Amino acid sequence: MAKLSDIAKTIRSKNAGVDKITFDVIFADRDTYDRVRDSGVLSREAVCRIFAIDAARISDHVAFDPALAIKFTIYRLRSSGSPGDADIFGAQQYGPLLGLDVPGA
Amino acid sequence: MPVSIQHGRSANRTLRIVCPNGHLGFAPIKTGSFRIGCASEPDLICADSGSCDVGPVPLGSDTSSSPLRWQTDDLETMLLASRRLGVPMIIGSAGDTGTNSRVDLFVGIIGELAKKHGLPKFRVGHFYSELGTEALGRRLDAGDTVAGLDGRENLDRATLDATDRIVAVAGVHPYIKLLDAGADVIIGGRSSDCALFAAPAIRQGFPEGLAYFYGKILECASFCAEPYGAKESVLGEITMDDVKITAMLPEQRCTIASVAGHAMYERANPFYEHFLGGHLDMSQCRYEQYDQRTVRVTGPSFVPAGELRVKLEGSGKIGERYVGIVGVRDPYTIANIDLVTGWARQQVVERFGESGYELHFAVYGRDAILGASEPRKAMPGHELAIVVQGVAPTKEMAEEVAMIATRQMFYARLPQVKGTAGGVAFLLDEVMPASPAYRWTLNHTLRLDDPLELFPTFVTEAGV
Repeated sequence: MAKLSDIAKTIRSKNAGVDKITFDVIFADRDTYDRVRDSGVLSREAVCRIFAIDAARISDHVAFDPALAIKFTIYRLRSSGSPGDADIFGAQQYGPLLGLDVPGA
Repeated sequence: MPVSIQHGRSANRTLRIVCPNGHLGFAPIKTGSFRIGCASEPDLICADSGSCDVGPVPLGSDTSSSPLRWQTDDLETMLLASRRLGVPMIIGSAGDTGTNSRVDLFVGIIGELAKKHGLPKFRVGHFYSELGTEALGRRLDAGDTVAGLDGRENLDRATLDATDRIVAVAGVHPYIKLLDAGADVIIGGRSSDCALFAAPAIRQGFPEGLAYFYGKILECASFCAEPYGAKESVLGEITMDDVKITAMLPEQRCTIASVAGHAMYERANPFYEHFLGGHLDMSQCRYEQYDQRTVRVTGPSFVPAGELRVKLEGSGKIGERYVGIVGVRDPYTIANIDLVTGWARQQVVERFGESGYELHFAVYGRDAILGASEPRKAMPGHELAIVVQGVAPTKEMAEEVAMIATRQMFYARLPQVKGTAGGVAFLLDEVMPASPAYRWTLNHTLRLDDPLELFPTFVTEAGV
């Protein structure tokens, strides 16, 4: 087992427009990327579990080979910067991903 | 490996752009790598200045989130280089929001700088992007659908009535029109980030797919390079066959990973980029390391839209806003913090009733940032900070809402609390005025007959 934060090069979140936040998990080498993608720890189902959200909150979920990246995007509950939103840029939403256990790594 | 594009053009027919900043004014240009970029034979100097990332307050209140001093400094750096080299300079989405007042502000700054430096006369082009709420209302009345994006409902009258200001997001068209008019400097209203870079390339006959990709990859400057370091310049070159991008800071390089990684930055999907007139399909892009610090990209394609639809961004005021901050150290109080905020909320209800204002508690140290998605909510820190926001129609009422909620946490009635002299630690005795609260009312699209119809262009002179 390894933590995702130990084997990923970049783990980040950021606004994708005013109503969505997108997450990028980027790897330095093809083997690690393949292993994490195939392990399912960042599958749609896993994302729903990690963030306690319904599948309908996920607008996009793709493995992007040219960047060795797993990328998913979720709808915000309230648009960015409305009173009560405490992350206007969506830049600190990736926290729960860092400690994920990746089997076989 | 071929000679770096920094030191010479890679083909007979090229267009080279230096981009020194991904959000002009928001943080200052690093001038060292910009000087290198200016010595690398650029045909234009371009930077975007806007973003909806800054939230709905600047658009709604028609202000900048960037300080005037930084905006002026960056414009001065770019203008002096552009006039010295005799190449055009293009700024998109002026002043963070691209409203009319921000365009006028930047045009004014350019004029002042030209006078200050005694620059010989040159032409300044600008265009506006605002759409009046009455004008959009007439389109609604005429039966036009203002279609919601990202899961939003189509626009209704009540949402329009709650909107203070709208900008439409321009494509390449007003930039091309102003270049055709001989503009040496262009100050754009709100526009797609990629448009201001794609426009000169499309105007000179480069393939549209490559041109829009060229814009997409240049618009955030050194965010497409590694190691991470913002506000450094990058140099792009488009040919009839490819796009190349290279880092200007000697310590940075563009790699396949950094460029492909940037192509998917801050967008829902890495394969498609939509703008007025069509979309960019990046699903067939090929990335190659061209030289040690340069990446070559081929294969993007442009897909024209069947119907012209322009994106609209709108912001509406909710109310005036005050903020209070308290801390908690007692573990029992921390474990029961929802009872504390519940008590405080109840005191506000007893004063003002259930509605007519907003009251928000952000509990830092527990779940302020992720809210209901926080997996560690049951494991709060040994200290908490609670930030209170009171939003109401008047400043007086917003202050009182925030003050009641902040101060009443001190008096919260927890059954077994040992500390009976006060339930929270005050950082300040008062609550603080904050920017008024706004919300994004429009993230929609509207059909256009002509891609220029919402974007009037003007050319004036500056210099002596």
